[in-house]
Amino acid sequence: MTHALSENAPGAAGGAFDRSRVFNAQLLTSLGPLIALVLACAYFASQSDRFFTGSNISLIIQQSMVVAILAIGQTLIILTAGIDLSIGAVMALGTIVMTKLAVQNGVNPYLAILLGVLTCAGFGLANGLLITRLRLPPFIVTLGTLNIAYALTHIYSEEQTITKLPAAQTWLRTSFTIGETRVPYSAVLMFILYLMTWYVLRQTASGRHIYAIGNNPEAARLTGINVRRMLVYVYTIAGVFYGIAGMVIIARTQVGNPQEGQTDNLDSITAVVLGGTSLFGGRGGVMGTLIGALLVGIFRNGLQLTGVASIYQRLITGILVILAVSVDQLARRRQG
Amino acid sequence: MSAQPVNVDFDPGLDPALDPDVTPPPTTASTGTPVLQARGLVKRYGQVTALDGADFELYPGEILAVIGDNGAGKSTLIKALSGAIVPDEGEILLDGQPVKFRSPLDARRLGIETVYQDLAVAPALDIAENLFLGREIRRPGPFGSVFRMVDKGRMLREAGGHMADLKIGIRSMRQAVETLSGGQRQGVAVARSAAFARHVVIMDEPTAALGVKESGMVLDLIRQVRDRGLPVILISHNMPHVFDVADRVHIQRLGRRIAVVEPRNFSMSDAVAIMTGAMAGERVARN
Ligand SMILES: Nc1ncnc2c1ncn2[C@@H]1O[C@H](COP(=O)(O)OP(=O)(O)O)[C@@H](O)[C@H]1O
Ligand SMILES: [Mg+2]
Repeated sequence: MTHALSENAPGAAGGAFDRSRVFNAQLLTSLGPLIALVLACAYFASQSDRFFTGSNISLIIQQSMVVAILAIGQTLIILTAGIDLSIGAVMALGTIVMTKLAVQNGVNPYLAILLGVLTCAGFGLANGLLITRLRLPPFIVTLGTLNIAYALTHIYSEEQTITKLPAAQTWLRTSFTIGETRVPYSAVLMFILYLMTWYVLRQTASGRHIYAIGNNPEAARLTGINVRRMLVYVYTIAGVFYGIAGMVIIARTQVGNPQEGQTDNLDSITAVVLGGTSLFGGRGGVMGTLIGALLVGIFRNGLQLTGVASIYQRLITGILVILAVSVDQLARRRQG
Repeated sequence: MSAQPVNVDFDPGLDPALDPDVTPPPTTASTGTPVLQARGLVKRYGQVTALDGADFELYPGEILAVIGDNGAGKSTLIKALSGAIVPDEGEILLDGQPVKFRSPLDARRLGIETVYQDLAVAPALDIAENLFLGREIRRPGPFGSVFRMVDKGRMLREAGGHMADLKIGIRSMRQAVETLSGGQRQGVAVARSAAFARHVVIMDEPTAALGVKESGMVLDLIRQVRDRGLPVILISHNMPHVFDVADRVHIQRLGRRIAVVEPRNFSMSDAVAIMTGAMAGERVARN
């Protein structure tokens, strides 16, 4: 007696039914953000002639860029079923290290940037080690490092905004034009970072391991994946992204501001969630996050253009977040 | 202890005077070098002693069932044999050579594959990704070596082949594992083990979560794996399943092996009696 497992499995009919629902829910989580983006663009374009101009699109991208880069790190972490609250505070510390060393200590501006990025990577490494070695929850660890990085930023900067940055630290704001659209190099950098991360997540074994860890960490461990080492890598690389975001923001604002980044932890989580990545880990992707970050930027910009008070942007963002999480929850409940 | 002659039917660590009243007949399979062997394994979790000097032998070409009450240390035993935990004491031999597994990867590198009780699969990943999880195949040439790109096409094809080998009829290897039925998921886990095992396949309670029909399919899979030449360790507390497929039965009780019996000349009820301590109750109490 030889059975084939597909034949007459108990509840085969129910299984097929569930399968289509899982499929739909998953399709919705991956296509939903894109649909929302298209609808939002169509709406604002119909309301304002200025919306679809090159300069306005360039503006939206520049306004969304920093959160978008931070959110790459947040995506990687959330895919492992973690979370990083220290994100904006660590970036702010990185920017102060970069600018203060260059402006006040005469350190070579490139070296200063490198040291700032390394500072952020160091915080990521610390997060990763605390989470994996002491087995502490990411939420608590990063709440701690959030406060530490915040305090260090303010102590080290002595509450001073650092101005008169060397040109080498702001060249990322220089731009080229495509048609009439001004594209700063920092936007190009952002797209490259997204493409690279997408490639790693989709096309390499390490990427698949990140998903497996978020899905079922014990299964990942049992198949021979070094889960702890991978988590340390992920938090450290996220730190590097925060450093790069810091580099972008000092170029954009031309100052090192200790007040920077205070809502970026929540804004980056918003982008990740709106992009369809599951807060429970193991599902989603980085391109959704880019859409999520742009979506927030589009609402902010579009509502401004149409003369709606900017507080409505928060209202809409809040509703979208709840919607995105509900769809995710629905997709998860349909599984097995 | 190792100086004592090893009696495969009864735990050599026990006082012979305390042998159970029922002496199982000697087994025929238990000749030659065991493929996998353990001596005096001890594993403690705080106050709990999960393994208390357990011995174990698996011979070529057999299905060896490990039975025992809940908490007898079955899962802990196979975790030690598969590298998922490191025992506090005792030794493990593969083809007669002492080995030390520090991680599941060590055991896997030596050709021991395990289907864990809670099915170590990543539900959101597809069948092919699960089959190759942790040993992805990279693309040939610079794409693979420099850019570390995995060869999705090849993994999909090979996954299809492995599933077909075991007659698991699932059409698309791109299906997420969470969309499969319980038996099909089990099929994925079994196919993964069978595909990569060179020495031993270990299965912990593979039918525990399944209905009657799906259990039958998984038992068939187990026979197919054995018939392809791989010895199988089957952990189960489902007696009919065990007596249906096993060539020999290792009975585990209170962290030790207390007997090995052959289903074809031993009754299910006697095995249960030994397993629960009814048959060797006084002995256990005196220990
Ligand atoms: N990770 C663990 N931590 C603490 N105790 C454990 C752990 N794993 C197993 N045990 C204990 O060890 C004993 C044997 O467990 P186990 O090997 O799972 O038994 P079985 O699989 O035969 O039911 C039980 O008392 C169990 O509670
Ligand atoms: Mg068990």
